[in-house]
Amino acid sequence: MAYTIVLENCTGCSICELACPNSAIMSNDDGLYQIDPDLCTECVGHFDEAQCNAVCPIELTCIPDPAIVEDREMLMARKIKLHGS
Amino acid sequence: MDSKDMNFLKMIQEPQAEASGCSETSTCGSSGGPADMDPEVWNKVKNHPCYSEEAHHFYARMHVAVAPACNIQCNYCNRKYDCSNESRPGVVSERLTPELAAKKVLAVASEIHQMTVVGIAGAGDSLANPDKTFKTFELISKAAPDIKLCLSTNGLALPDMVDRIADYNVDHVTVTINMVDPEVGEQIYPWIYFNKKRWRGRDAAKILSERQLLGLEMLTARKILVKVNSVMIPGINDEHLKDVNREVKKRGAFLHNIMPLISEPEHGTFYGLNGQRGPTAEELKHLQDSCEGEMNMMRHCRQCRADAVGLLGEDRSAEFTNEKIEAIEIADVQYDLAAREEYRDKVENIRETERKIKEMIVSGLGQNKDLEQAPPILIAVATQGGGEINQHFGHAREFQVYEVDANEAKFIGHRRVDLYCEGGFGEEDSLTRITEALSDCVAVMVAKIGGCPKKTLEEAHILGIDKFAFQSIKPSLLTYFKEYVEGVKSGAITPKEVTSQTKIRSGAYTAPAGSPITILS
Repeated sequence: MAYTIVLENCTGCSICELACPNSAIMSNDDGLYQIDPDLCTECVGHFDEAQCNAVCPIELTCIPDPAIVEDREMLMARKIKLHGS
Repeated sequence: MDSKDMNFLKMIQEPQAEASGCSETSTCGSSGGPADMDPEVWNKVKNHPCYSEEAHHFYARMHVAVAPACNIQCNYCNRKYDCSNESRPGVVSERLTPELAAKKVLAVASEIHQMTVVGIAGAGDSLANPDKTFKTFELISKAAPDIKLCLSTNGLALPDMVDRIADYNVDHVTVTINMVDPEVGEQIYPWIYFNKKRWRGRDAAKILSERQLLGLEMLTARKILVKVNSVMIPGINDEHLKDVNREVKKRGAFLHNIMPLISEPEHGTFYGLNGQRGPTAEELKHLQDSCEGEMNMMRHCRQCRADAVGLLGEDRSAEFTNEKIEAIEIADVQYDLAAREEYRDKVENIRETERKIKEMIVSGLGQNKDLEQAPPILIAVATQGGGEINQHFGHAREFQVYEVDANEAKFIGHRRVDLYCEGGFGEEDSLTRITEALSDCVAVMVAKIGGCPKKTLEEAHILGIDKFAFQSIKPSLLTYFKEYVEGVKSGAITPKEVTSQTKIRSGAYTAPAGSPITILS
């Protein structure tokens, strides 16, 4: 699963953007943040936990997107595609 | 010297015309700082409203909110909360880019010559947003080289940032340290984000504490002045803050600022929702007093918002909105360095005069045994800056409280009150609030006070005094102390009993948009 941001909870603090290893997170026109699922690896291959969720100040805001289910292999393949190794 | 200062000097000189010269505990000369302070340090702090109590009467500071992200969670903070009517740390109405922040600083500095300091204090943590924070400093130091830069941090990222802080000539850093024991810390911090991981409980508190103390040591080794802020949370860290005081002093912190917890339920913080109370004014003062022997205590903190503008007791941020700043053409801003220097010279003269007057009073008063032995009293003062009693009782948004004895009038805190006189006439409710906020004071000194509020105050055993209108605060307090002691001796004044239930209302007053406040005439 790619991660997604629950916009009603997002405060627009930007810490997830700073923490994301894939530059997958950017702000929208309202100053809130969203995740590009094509760039999200759930931090597989980088870190033990998804950084956006680890750093977000609001509970249940950076969550796995139930609409985009991906297994570890797919996420690892994306990580290698994005970062080369 | 102003003519009113001359008159005042004359008035107090008459009984003790021969009194002059310097006492052992104070210093002479225009650069006079406290006798026990390194002159190099005094030069750094003397015009900084947050580091010098004396300076906070004359100089203004400005916070630019370029740092929205934070790397820890504190139980007294709710990151969702943003109310334009409140004024407290972490809360900020508009977010700024570094470029806009620099423009705002120039616009404000041109308008407010008293503004000497720009700080980055949030709305998150300045060092969790290092690129934004240091870019802002770079732009400001190029455009306005006379402005002092400072930042405020929770300390988690501090050890990694000390080199950059030194590179940008940031010479004042505030670290919020609420504990040095992880057992206490786990009750204050539910989690931290460190080394790409979320840490909880005691581990989180242990890492945070180690990083804070290491960062503090690294800063003081570089001779960067460090103020330590601590939030006093009754039942959690109140007694423990004495240990914190000792540990931070040992590591070279310059100033310790113990602040009361702000925990209204409507702020939605963990503490607010769980009924954790803040301290009373007496509890706060008692803790500050017991740490006083150890090191300098700051008592004039107003717990400003992260985007506060103005003197410490006020907040003019509503006058400088992003929209207004964006509309300003940078070429039109006149950055008048000469006018700013002229203001600083004027303040230097006022401070020097006040020092001389105070010395004369103390050396004159000190010869009376009754006076020497009389216990200290608390007196409230209405002021709008300049170190003078220069505000109408009904216009005061806060009162400054001083502890006065024969030798010293020491600022011990401020009491914020709702505006008593909003439509030109008093309201009974707000007057009750004021008498409650000042319930530990024997008198309130103002520029003017109406007959009705004066009577109500007297019923609460608080004398409303306007005969020192537009005089310097400390000399007036010392002069009044003599009258008070004589009044008690002759039976004209009954000493009051204090209940120790005085409530604290925190934060600086925020002016509504479009209502400019005159700071100094």
